[in-house]
Amino acid sequence: MLALENIHAGYGPIDVLKGITLRVNEGEIVTVLGANGAGKSTTLMTIAGVNPCRQGMITFAGEPIANLPVHEIVRLGISQVPEGRRIFPRLTIRENLELGAFQRNDDIAGDLERALDLFPILRERTGQLGGTLSGGEQQMLAIARALMARPKLLLLDEPSLGLAPLMVVKIFEIIRAINQQGTTILLVEQNANMALHIAQRGYVLETGRIVLEDSAANLINNEQVRKSYLGG
Amino acid sequence: MTGWEVFLQQLIIGLSNGMIIALIALGYTMVYGIIELINFAHGDLFMLGCFAALTVVSLTGDLPVWLVLLLLLVLTPVFCGGLNWLVDRLAYRHLRDATKLAPLVSAIGVSFVFLNLGLFWGGLPLKVFGFGKAAAAPKDFPTLVSNANLLGNSNVEFTTKDLLVLVITVPLMVGLTLFVKQTRAGKAMRAVAQDRLAAQLMGIDANRVIGQTFLLGGGLAGVASVVAALYNNTIYFQMGYRAGMDAFTAAVLGGIGSLPGAVLGGLCIGLARALSDQYIATRWTNVMVFAILILVLVFRPSGLLGAKHREKV
Repeated sequence: MLALENIHAGYGPIDVLKGITLRVNEGEIVTVLGANGAGKSTTLMTIAGVNPCRQGMITFAGEPIANLPVHEIVRLGISQVPEGRRIFPRLTIRENLELGAFQRNDDIAGDLERALDLFPILRERTGQLGGTLSGGEQQMLAIARALMARPKLLLLDEPSLGLAPLMVVKIFEIIRAINQQGTTILLVEQNANMALHIAQRGYVLETGRIVLEDSAANLINNEQVRKSYLGG
Repeated sequence: MTGWEVFLQQLIIGLSNGMIIALIALGYTMVYGIIELINFAHGDLFMLGCFAALTVVSLTGDLPVWLVLLLLLVLTPVFCGGLNWLVDRLAYRHLRDATKLAPLVSAIGVSFVFLNLGLFWGGLPLKVFGFGKAAAAPKDFPTLVSNANLLGNSNVEFTTKDLLVLVITVPLMVGLTLFVKQTRAGKAMRAVAQDRLAAQLMGIDANRVIGQTFLLGGGLAGVASVVAALYNNTIYFQMGYRAGMDAFTAAVLGGIGSLPGAVLGGLCIGLARALSDQYIATRWTNVMVFAILILVLVFRPSGLLGAKHREKV
């Protein structure tokens, strides 16, 4: 469904990504693990068209998408829940969700209902401003907002960041549920343990290069992964 | 005229001028809200709008007054909005990811270009500009709306012109508020203003939305041009400087980025000018406006209605 072929991208004179090759098949949850600064977010931002792709090929559903404008890529069916959630703090929850569906004009009401069913906590607060929500609720809103675009592929950047442990478990349950309803997911996480438990496959990123790729089950048992990312 | 009548008269004058300032301030505040650029060319855009309005009048002089007014209120905003959009497209858009100083300095440059364009325009051999007259000389704007007092024989004058200002500006401001609050394009504008990257990730073409903001802000300046020219009956190429400063002060006073703030700030500055003209002295009025600007910046930098952004993280 999504394929990255030898991607180079970065900021200023320095390439943060030095030849990333990865693929995501339809229906999968694929996770990208790595330390701070390994290039995880840069990978997602390059797929989304925010960062220019300097070299290499990105194809989505067979079509090349590298360096298309961001809004075009969203229209093709790739949505991102960015790091830090980035909900619109001074718009209401309903407005946040409506903007998620900006590219569409069919049956937004139905999707709004579905999103609120998935996150009942948002339903009681649709008129409230986004900025008044707690961190976990904002993460839910950010995911719900991305789903409003009816993406074929959902990019998730550190959804567990800064959340209480119980909330992390909840968010991962929701991610799994979204996947089971048919959305393919590419998940970037520092919480390797949680990520590998819901993913089918994973890649390990170190300083802009893929150093390991395998099924999630094998990665959990991999000595190197255990030591570096799972706390021994 | 009793003291109270004088005071009431100054209130009317102040509010009418304040509404005009508010229209210009809205353009400042909208552009600042969306790309954090103080568009220093905005006052001069207003000035060019006045010249465009005078040109429209000169070309349509034989038509009935209502039709001329209608043409003015359509063509001038289209001209100003289009020009503002074009400047964004040609200049600021290329500087989106540059430091904030780059578009700011560009805006000052655009302001000079507009100023000289106004000077050139005023020198065109058109009848309305008075053939032979120096390009820099103030031009008379024909009296299309009468000065008749609507309050009968009262000492206090509320003229047809004051009514015209109200009839044009109030619905426009209500319409703008509804547009920004309710429409898809308005919501996209607020989204881009709050978080451009997040808005792009929602599939919003941020450059397009920013262009629309320039178009709209410029259009409001165009309406202000028509209203101001009809109200004051004189235009000159340096008028954009003071108008721009008043409007900028109004936008900061109300809280830059806030639409109701711009209107409130505009009314405050208009009133302050009128009362200062009457009770202090005309020559101190500009000092008063700048004193207000300084006091606001020192004691309440977020303005009267400006949001202190405190958000949970």
